[in-house]
This record gives sequence, structure tokens and C-alpha cells, in this order.
Amino acid sequence: MQSRLDSKAPSGPIETRWDRHRFGMKLVNPANRRKYKIIVVGTGLAGGAGAASLGEMGYNVLSFCYQDSPRRAHSIAAQGGINAAKNYKNDGDSIHRLFYDTVKGGDFRARESNVHRLAELSVNIIDQCVAQGVPFAREYGGLLDNRSFGGAQVSRTFYARGQTGQQLLLGAYQALARQIEAGTVKSFPRTEMLDVIVVDGVARGIVTRDMVSGKVEAHVADAVVLATGGYGNAFFLSTNAIGCNATAVWRAHKKGAFFANPCFTQIHPTCIPAGGDYQSKLTLMSESLRNDGRVWVPKSAGDCGRDPAEIAEKDRDYYLERLYPSFGNLVPRDIASRRAKMVCDEGRGVGTELEGVRRGVYLDFRDSIKRLGEAKIRERYGNLFEMYERITGENPYKTPMRIYPASHYTMGGLWVDYNLMTTIPGCFAAGEANFSDHGANRLGASALMQGLADGYFVLPYVLGNYLASAKLASVDEGHIEVKKAVADVEERIEKLLSIGGERTPDSFHRELGNIIWNNCGMARSAQGLEGALARIPALREEFWQNLKVTGTGESLNQTLEKAGRVADFMELGELMCRDALARDESCGCHYREEHVTEEGEAARNDSEYQYVAAWEHTGDLSKPTLHKEALEFEYVLPVARSYK
Amino acid sequence: MSMAKAITLSDTTIGKKVVMAVTGLVLYGFVVAHMLGNLQVFMGPEQLNGYAKKLHDLGPVLYAARAVVLVSLVLHVVMVVQLLSRTAAARPIGYRLKKNQTTTYAALTMKFGGLALMLFIVYHLAHFTFPGVSMAAGYKHSATDVYANVVSGFKVPWVTAIYVVAQLFLGMHLYHGAFSLFQTLGLSHPRYVEKARFVAQTLGIAVAAANIAMPVAVVAGIVK
Amino acid sequence: MSKTMNLTLHVWRQKGGTDIGGFETYKAPEISEHMSFLEMLDVVNERLLADGKEPIAFDSDCREGICGMCGLVINGVPHGPNAATTTCQLHMRHFNDGDEITIEPWRAAAFPVLRDLVVDRGAFDRIIQAGGYVSVNAGSAPEANGLPVAKPDADRAMDAAACIGCGACVAACPNASAMLFVAAKAAHLGLLPQGQPERYERVKKMVAQMDAEGFGHCSNHYECMAACPKEISVDFIARLNRDLMRATVVERDHEEKSGGAG
Repeated sequence: MQSRLDSKAPSGPIETRWDRHRFGMKLVNPANRRKYKIIVVGTGLAGGAGAASLGEMGYNVLSFCYQDSPRRAHSIAAQGGINAAKNYKNDGDSIHRLFYDTVKGGDFRARESNVHRLAELSVNIIDQCVAQGVPFAREYGGLLDNRSFGGAQVSRTFYARGQTGQQLLLGAYQALARQIEAGTVKSFPRTEMLDVIVVDGVARGIVTRDMVSGKVEAHVADAVVLATGGYGNAFFLSTNAIGCNATAVWRAHKKGAFFANPCFTQIHPTCIPAGGDYQSKLTLMSESLRNDGRVWVPKSAGDCGRDPAEIAEKDRDYYLERLYPSFGNLVPRDIASRRAKMVCDEGRGVGTELEGVRRGVYLDFRDSIKRLGEAKIRERYGNLFEMYERITGENPYKTPMRIYPASHYTMGGLWVDYNLMTTIPGCFAAGEANFSDHGANRLGASALMQGLADGYFVLPYVLGNYLASAKLASVDEGHIEVKKAVADVEERIEKLLSIGGERTPDSFHRELGNIIWNNCGMARSAQGLEGALARIPALREEFWQNLKVTGTGESLNQTLEKAGRVADFMELGELMCRDALARDESCGCHYREEHVTEEGEAARNDSEYQYVAAWEHTGDLSKPTLHKEALEFEYVLPVARSYK
Repeated sequence: MSMAKAITLSDTTIGKKVVMAVTGLVLYGFVVAHMLGNLQVFMGPEQLNGYAKKLHDLGPVLYAARAVVLVSLVLHVVMVVQLLSRTAAARPIGYRLKKNQTTTYAALTMKFGGLALMLFIVYHLAHFTFPGVSMAAGYKHSATDVYANVVSGFKVPWVTAIYVVAQLFLGMHLYHGAFSLFQTLGLSHPRYVEKARFVAQTLGIAVAAANIAMPVAVVAGIVK
Repeated sequence: MSKTMNLTLHVWRQKGGTDIGGFETYKAPEISEHMSFLEMLDVVNERLLADGKEPIAFDSDCREGICGMCGLVINGVPHGPNAATTTCQLHMRHFNDGDEITIEPWRAAAFPVLRDLVVDRGAFDRIIQAGGYVSVNAGSAPEANGLPVAKPDADRAMDAAACIGCGACVAACPNASAMLFVAAKAAHLGLLPQGQPERYERVKKMVAQMDAEGFGHCSNHYECMAACPKEISVDFIARLNRDLMRATVVERDHEEKSGGAG
């Protein structure tokens, strides 16, 4: 089985790997490209950019999204920025440094070749986006501005106010719109992919449901690209959009695509805490707030219900400053998140009590306001403060913000080789949907970079190479495998509608999310994971016995949409826990309580776990097969992360 | 970008608005000139009738000016009819509850006020120009004694009432029209926008007040 | 402790595009002031579902005010009573116990209702497809700092680019006009040097498509700007008018000559 995990990563000097690999790839003659049909699912940075670029090359592209417009994919919500190794600040940045930082930041669980390619392409992305009219922030001289982000030692982050994701996505969306007008791309909004069609072991299309008419349909193609984002909504509460789901990747997984590192999920430390059991999502606030805000909780649990203004300085525990004197409040995301959980678990959290626990810590600007003045703080964070006040009704200039970590990004995803192809030939995965570049922890401002690198500069090459080399038999809508895939989807929809039980999809999703969050969230233990692995299958069984969905399949039915997505999270959640249990080490975001250094930090075990865990679906959800892709580090030698 | 379908300005809703703005400006000019001419009623019959004669003696120039005004009026009306027939279809099902937040009464009454002004213009021409309807009892409209026409024409209270109401509509129409003109012709600038609103408002009020002053002065016996 | 309230909702229900539709009244008891407006509707929907009824369909996605998917006319105001706030960011603390709330979909012929409060805003996509882009293929871009952009221009372009395409401008306009949306996109690209080569063609095409979609005309009520959750200025409409005049009156029509390389 090891042979199925050929990463196809090139060898030799890392600086020229991508160049040499590209030169070795086969090309499709421009006149022949329109004869190839490529399906791209998802219209975020990876999918939107990919579909547009493939359209520009002349391929016949079908683009799908569940939103009402391709412009609304959740990449739009990214606030902070996008990294690129331009070295405009003359502060010592380089492609190699970005590569180095990303491998190290990922705690040595990413593939070096991929990461280096990402760093190389980062500079082209900025050029491309500026040419499209992305209004990046500029200095008075008219040149592009950069800032330092997420604790990076160099200023390499490009940004457009707090709306970088939105502006980059609009650039990709406009490029896509241009191709729709040109006729190379056909757009299918409000259309959800419900299965991938595999014929003779090769991906040949997808089955979709029109979310307005309910029509289930097959789309046959020569290649399928899944750019459907991450699975953070497995936790129910996350910073993802309400509609973000894992159905596309999970369906592909069940048809033969290996799922890599599903337990690598990033928890973002600065989100607004949940206010009650009605909470539908969590809102992230830029972690730049930690530059001037001080994180604390009361020293004594007895003070937690009191007005923070009444808690004396000596009774406050600035725990990050106490534990990490040199990085203080700016420790990496995973550490800040974990420490917040720990103090809340000790009973020292603040804010609303939910299920008997207060889950929040203070992020206090009192001292910065005293030092810099309110005007300066308003200039730096005014929009974030406004957003906080809009949501919580509290004025953060007067009373400290309350924050708590929330699921934010998933580093895990479909296993892909260097060509972004999954273990189903002809089925590709790009952006957050794949696993390839961030290892066990993603650095700030790197998600946008990866999505666009995959979309603009990798997919156009690797698709050509695949199509030029593949010998594809002719398949049409009447093919038996196509008909079977459509029938399977219809049957599943019918099943969801006909259970006639008592519980709503959301109530199952909430319960599932709780199990995963508590056992496979910021801290994991064998005992907790085993418990979750017992509870999830039981919950899944109840789901299929006791689900309630009203309405019909032949109309716009949001309950039915949710039910289908929850059904897939029920299965994926189990795999997340299984992966977390199998990875008996701590690394990056994956914090196993059994593997902790003396200082309470994650203890990696390189001799046994320096690999990508790629899971194969076997037909039995409780017995997936684990394949290991060994990781080799020739350029960045593994060291322990330390932020003391 | 491939070649655009060659569109002309007036094909577009924006272009139609531009035509309305330009013709509106001509009509605004006419209204002001007309008002200034008429205000001579306060300077006595010789002055007003003399002015009327001077105008008449202009001959072809007067007809050319009238033609420009008439063409402007026709274009103004044709454009608005075209726009309104489009826009009537733009929201076939309305709201049960709709609260406006910024718009003005003047802006909201442009349609109705414009229609009222159209009817008023027809009446006004019939009243003072030809054939000279609804004059005071026993008075016969004269083609040369404009002053007497005015005095006699406004002695009828309901006629004066029509004029007063029409001038209120005119004032609002001029206010929103003049203010919109800057925006429609792309001349609006954030630095001057509030000043433009003030000027448009003041001029609208001034024109309406001056025009109302005439019939009211007749009714009050100031002009006799 | 947090305040709760009992509300009465009058909600537009419509099974599909061809259904006539009408208002239904629902009680929404014990609503926490900390809920967002959409979370309040989630709660109502969970109860409807528990009663075996079909939940109220409404659009939302990011629920943090940036994707532009949500949008309800709440008591006669698109996105509700708070300025610069999308429906998903509106919180129930701005309502009072006993309030009656009327909830309607965006109303415009160009935004047909698909179900309940869900409308089809494909017209906006088609306007962008008509020309709301810079024609630059992946891979052909010059060095990003090769062309400086004056900071005020970049900032103004960003002001315009902040549009989230939610359609509140259309919903608020007494004429159901899409001018603010079109003006914002045209200004975003037209203010940057990268957008200059196609500036006038772009405006012509976008305006022609806007008209073809059946939106009403602009009569300067400025309701759009008041409803816009991103507070996009009507100054951009003046700019659009200016650019269209120049495009149609001054600029030559572009004619493609046939014949290729070699």
C-alpha cells in the first residue's frame, strides 16, 4: 500500500525543484484545450482562481458553489493579510526565509518541496493581484505597504484594511466573471456537490443538487478539482461560515481519496466567546489585538463573576506574560489558545456561564490606552472595537474584551501529491481542502497565499500534465457508473427526508460538535478520544433513526441541506478522533496531554511520527486503513519550538 | 475585453437622466427669466406692457427661444415617461412596510409634482396666453395689455389658489431638480455637496416665493 | 442577567418563484438580547421544525458581515435599524419586549424571490461579467511595485471596493435602482491605474447590463447610501455618470481589426 502514497515530490536542489518539475510536465496544445472539460468545485481563492486560470488557458470549465454567487465563498472573511517574500521592507526576507518559517511553524509535519514552491509563488501572487486591481494598502510614495503579522520577524504581510480576503477573492471572482463572459467557464451557483463519479478508478465527474429546484444531476468531465475549503464546522461552532461543509471532500474520501492528518485543526485564540446555547457561529477578531492588549484572568476563581474594573492589579493573573516572559501575549496561536483553555478549566474563566463553566479570558487595553491614549488605540483597532461592541454590546474602551479560542482553519484535508492530485486519479484538491502545505500548524496570513498559489499557479500546470498523459475513455451521462452515482445520491436524500424522527439536524450537529471540541479540540488525551470514539458512532446511529427533516427534496430546503452536511460530519468527526488517537505525540496544534515537556509544551516525537497520516476508507468507518508518507527534512532541520 | 456593443448615451437610464438634467437646466433658465419678466408687474402697467412689447418685437429670436424651451420640455417629458415606465416594472411587488431614511419630500413628489406642473402649464397658457380663460367676470383677455390680464386673472380666488399650489410644486421640483443636476451630470463633489443643496433649496424657495407674491399681491390689492 | 423579550414576527412566506406568497405571523418568546437577528430566526425555525412545519428560508453564510449573503427588510429598512450593519450583525438588544417585527425579502423585479426571504441576485453577477474586471491573465502581471498608486487613490478605491454585493441599495431605493452597486465597482477599478485601459468600455458594458436586468433608474434619493452596510458613498454615482458621459460622448467606439500574427 505504501506505493499508493507516491508524493511525486522532486528531489535535488530545492530552489529549482518546481522549475524542473514544470519542465518535465506534459502540455496540452492550446487548440485542444477546449475539448477537455474540467470541473472545479468551490469558488474561494483556490477554486475561483483555479477556474479562472484554467478558463484563460482555454479549457472548458464548470464552476460550482453552494452560495448564491461565487463572490461569497468564505475566503472573503479573512481579515489579516497575505504573506509574500517580496522583501520590500529590506528586512532580510527571502523565499528561503518564508519557506523556513512555514516549515518550522508547521512543526515539521509538512512536505518541504510543497512549502518551497508556495514560498516561490508568493511573489507572483502579489503581482497578479495588483494587476487585477486589488487595492492593497500603500505608503505615501504610492508603493505597497507591508506589516509584520502573527509574530513573524519580518514584515512580509500585504493587506487591504481588515478585508484582505474579501479583496483577494473579488480579484479572483472578477477574473472568473471575465471567463464566464468569454464562455470558457460555466457557473453553477446555489449548487451543491453531493458525490464524485469514479469510472474505472478515475474521477470523471460529480453529482450535484440544484439547491433551488432540488434537481439531482450528473456532470461528466475529464478531471475534477475540489476546492471546497476546510472542515472546521465539524465543531459546530467555528469561525467558518454557516454553510461551510466537508461533504465534497468526504464523498471523495469514501470514493477512494485518502484523508490526511484530519486531527490537525487550528484553533484561533482571539474570538468572541459564545453567549448562549443559541450561538450559531463564532466571530474572529484579528490577532493583531494581542500587540497591545494584555490577556488575564482573576487569580482566584471566586473573583470570576465580578466586574473586572473592581479586580485589583494584584488579584489579576497575566498568565501569558507570567509563563512566557519573552513572547508574552504574542505567543503562537496554538499556545495562546491552549493556555486560555487551561485557565478556564481551572475555573478561572470569565463571562457567561455555559454548562457550568465560564469560557472566556480578558483581553485588556486599559494599560495601552493609558500609555498611548485612546485616540491611538482607536486608530489602530477602531473597526475591531466597533465590531466587538456591535456583537457584545460592551464598550472595549471602558471594559476589557472577553475572548476565547475557536476552531478556525483545518490543516488536514485530502491527501495530495506534489501535483495536488488525490489518490483518485483525475481528482485534485486545492486550498484548505488539501493537507499539503501547513503541517501541524498554519502561520498567520498563509492561508490566502496557499489558496491563490494553488489556484493561479499550480492547477493550470498540473491539470495540463494530467490531461495530456491520461488515456480517458469516453463517458457520458448514460454510463452505468454515472447513473449509479446519481441513484445513490437520490436514495440518500430520500432517506434523510423519510426518517421521520424527533431531532433537528442542528441539534445533532451541536452535540457532535461538543464531543469533538471537548475531546479533539485544543487538548486531546487517549482517554477522551476513546470516549469520543464510542459516543460518535452511537450519535450517528441515533441520527439515522431519529432525524427530523420537513419539506420536500424538490424545492429549496435548508433543513435538508443541513442534514446532509451533518451526516458527513458525523463520519468525518470520527476519523478526526481516530487520527488524533493514532498520533501518539504532540505537534503544532495537536496537543496530546500525555506528551508534554516539563514546561507544559507540546512534545514532538520525530522518530516515530514524522509522517503524514493518510487514511483510506475501507467501507467500515471504524476500521480505516492508515498509510504513512514519511517526511524528510533536508533544508530545515527539525528543532523544538520554544517561545519562552 | 471584446468589442462593446456601441451604445449611445440616451439608450441608458443614466443618459436619459442626463437629457433630463440638461433640458431641466434650460427650463430652469426659462422659469427664472419668466419670473424676472413678470416681477415687473410691481413696477406698474407701462413697465410690464412695455417689456411684453419688447419681447414680441424680437420676432424670430423669440420664436427660436420658445422653440428651445418647447423642445426641452418635450424631451424632459419624453425621458421621464420612458424612465418611469421602466421603473414602474422594477418593483412589481412593493413592501408592506417601508421606511425611508434620507430622501426628501421634494424628491418623493417629483413624479406627481411634475405631472401637476404639466397640467398647470397647459392651464397657465390657456389662462394668460390663449384663449384667456377664467378671467374675472366681465373682463375680456387682451393680447397687448398684459398688466390688465394679470390683475383680472388673479382676482378670482380659486385661480390664485391654483397658482399658489402650483408654485409650491415648482419650488420643490426646482430644488430636487437642481440638486440632482449636479449628481446626474457628474459635477457633484463631496466638498460642495451640502453647499449645492443649500443653493438649490434657497433658489427653489426664492422662485416659488416670487411667483406666489404676484397673485397674492393682486388678491391683497397691492397690485391693481 | 441578560434581558429576554417576547416578539411577534410578521414574515413573508412564499413556497417558490411562482407561488403568490403572503405574510404569516409567529410568536418568538424568550428571545435573549444577546442573540443576533438571524440567531433569533434560527430559534424560531428550530421550533417550527419541532412542530413539523417548514422553517423560514433565509440566506446567510459568514454571519460576520462580509460575505453579503444575508439581507432582510426589517420593519421597512434593509438590514434593519442600525446604520452600517448587516442583518447578521444586528443584535436583538436593539429591540424591545412586545415588539412587532415585519420581515420581508428584498423587493425588485431583478431580484426574484426563490423562497420565503431568499432572492436571486444573479443580476449582480451578470453585471460584473459584463465588464467589472481588469483583463489580465494569470502569469502575465508585471512587478507589483512597478506602478505606484497615489495613496489617496488607493484608499478611495478601497472605499468603493468595500461593497459586499448584498443588494441592500436596490432594496432601499424607491426605484429599485442598482446604481450604487455598479458605481462602486466601476469606481474601484476606475480609480486605479490598472483599471485605466478598460475604464470607459467597462462603464458602458456594466451600465448596459444594469439596464438590461430591469433595475430602475436613479433619482437621487440616496436611500441606497443610508442602507449600505459598508456606507458606500453616492459620490461614486456622480463619478459613474461622468464616466458614462465621457464613454459615450467623447471616447471613440473601439473596433477590432481582423488578422493575427504572422
